[in-house]
Amino acid sequence: MPDFLPPALALIAGALLTAVASSRQWRAAITILAPLVCLYMIWQLPDGVQLRGSFLGYPLELVEASPVRRLFATIFAIMAATGAVFALNHARRTELVAAQFYAAGAIGVSFAGDLLTLFIFWELMALFSTLVVWCGGTEASRAAGIRYAIMHLLGGVVLKVGIEGILVSTGSLDVRPFLATDFNTWMLLIGILINAAAPPLSVWLSDAYPNASPTGSVFLSAFTTKTAVLALILLFPGEPILIAVGLYMVFYGILYALLENDVRRILAYSIVNQVGFMVCAVGIGTQMALNGAAAHAFAHIIYKALLFMSAGVVVMRTGKNLCTDVGGLFRTMPVTMWCGVIGALAISSFPLTSGFTTKTLISQAAVDQGLVTVYFLLAAASAGVFLHAGIKFPWFVFFQKDSGLRPKDAPWNMKLAMLFFAFLCILLGVYPELLYPLLPYPVDYVPYKAGKVLFYLQLLLFSGLAFFLMLPWMQRTLTVSLDVDWLWRRGLPRLALWTARVFGPGLQSLRKGAQSLWQRVDRSSDYTMGHTGPLGRSWEIGTTALWIVLLLMIYVVLYYLF
Amino acid sequence: MSTRDDHWLTRPGTIRWLWIIGCSVLAITVLLQAVIHIKGYFGVDGWFGFGALFGFFSCVAMVVVAKLVGVLLKRPDTYYDA
Repeated sequence: MPDFLPPALALIAGALLTAVASSRQWRAAITILAPLVCLYMIWQLPDGVQLRGSFLGYPLELVEASPVRRLFATIFAIMAATGAVFALNHARRTELVAAQFYAAGAIGVSFAGDLLTLFIFWELMALFSTLVVWCGGTEASRAAGIRYAIMHLLGGVVLKVGIEGILVSTGSLDVRPFLATDFNTWMLLIGILINAAAPPLSVWLSDAYPNASPTGSVFLSAFTTKTAVLALILLFPGEPILIAVGLYMVFYGILYALLENDVRRILAYSIVNQVGFMVCAVGIGTQMALNGAAAHAFAHIIYKALLFMSAGVVVMRTGKNLCTDVGGLFRTMPVTMWCGVIGALAISSFPLTSGFTTKTLISQAAVDQGLVTVYFLLAAASAGVFLHAGIKFPWFVFFQKDSGLRPKDAPWNMKLAMLFFAFLCILLGVYPELLYPLLPYPVDYVPYKAGKVLFYLQLLLFSGLAFFLMLPWMQRTLTVSLDVDWLWRRGLPRLALWTARVFGPGLQSLRKGAQSLWQRVDRSSDYTMGHTGPLGRSWEIGTTALWIVLLLMIYVVLYYLF
Repeated sequence: MSTRDDHWLTRPGTIRWLWIIGCSVLAITVLLQAVIHIKGYFGVDGWFGFGALFGFFSCVAMVVVAKLVGVLLKRPDTYYDA
């Protein structure tokens, strides 16, 4: 019996027990307790490799602990427990089971000391997150789930190609820092970036998450992209290309969110935006930047889940997904509204919220490295976050026009989960000292300097002014925005139809020609080689001997001539 | 939509006050810079009111770009349903 078991086992056991639990109460107890047991196990693990194994002769490091791994696993476990409270009376059994397996995958990746273990848990996540998407239960979620699964299986294959290549070329499966210098490391990087919703394949996220159930999208918002951020921190710290990738994601998220009408899709785009900040930080790669990426991931999981909870309650209570259908809900949903506003302020990195104490670490890292352009782009993006998520989400959902809807506020368990996360958003904003010691490197940073706070207040409040002055331009329309997925949702089918139209007639006549040729060959061979045909029927011995003599003579003549 | 809308927050008087308060807060955040020094890491970001102007105009730019990109990318929301 090893000293330490993989913490992911607690959630796997929880998932299996949930699957067989007979009553709703038992299921609730298990789904909340399993992540807490997992959390306990996480904090029992000392640093270093704690559990080894082997597969086909390759040494595996099933559990390797370090501060950054523990930090991510901790927030994954907290998320799984709080998500379970939120989902308590509303999610289907399948969704609860899938969500626990999914969280187990994320925690397994967090502690994976070798690439093979990482890959196994990575695929576990892909599998069960697809199931969570399908639990949306609509035709749209079925289709989106299939597209989601294809994308993640593809990403898994790319990742596996990288891992195999690295194994063959270096002989080691260790999780250690790489740079994207050759084919293998590029494949590894691309495989991870697909899960981080990096360009050009960011679209899987905004396609799938809003189609999950109101409780399912809360789970989905937390794990996949953030495990990818952890994998980048462990495998590609300081990879310069990530700065550009991150900045692209930041602005992609803002632009698409500005165009969007679906409430949860706005939040989905802002996940891409926020993960962009983290990816950019990993690209900068200094201790300050990696601290920033880790801290921001921690804070992000909390406020993003909070926003998805708030949106989920609205979707559940009103049955409506679109900004154009809701509005004025502040009257009857005060708790949901306030929690949504706190989440929105945190994502906008407003002072006194967790976003401020974590995102400014990343900006500071850019300053320290003298990255002028990166710093100003990140500052502009911070203003843009306030614009597309910080104001747009609460404004269109809870205020703007009166939609006439008077839904009830959230049920008690959903309120509890939201209030807990809202509390954490403010707690980490007021006492960042609680989070800073958990970061991978020593923190020598003071977030609350008067000048810095004032700068961010100016930046954010004036972007708020821009929002209200440009409100007529911000009004939502009943539209979707095209993305790369147009290629396979419309482009390829159209190409197929077009080729059928253009080459169809030619191919048809070619086929007819081939068919009639075949028929003729068939008929003539039947005639010559059938039972009664000249070559098929039985001949007398004499005739056969004559034929053989004749053939031999021809052969001799040909042999003599050539 | 038949519900009569008489919530105090939606009355024109309240909204006017909200604008007045909001604009005063904006003015204060800029004027405070006379008292509180903002450290400019790259020169320009220490200028008076830089944060305000930068925040405002980058948002205007993003909304305008989104509007332009929207012309190319927006489709009716039934686009993929057919």
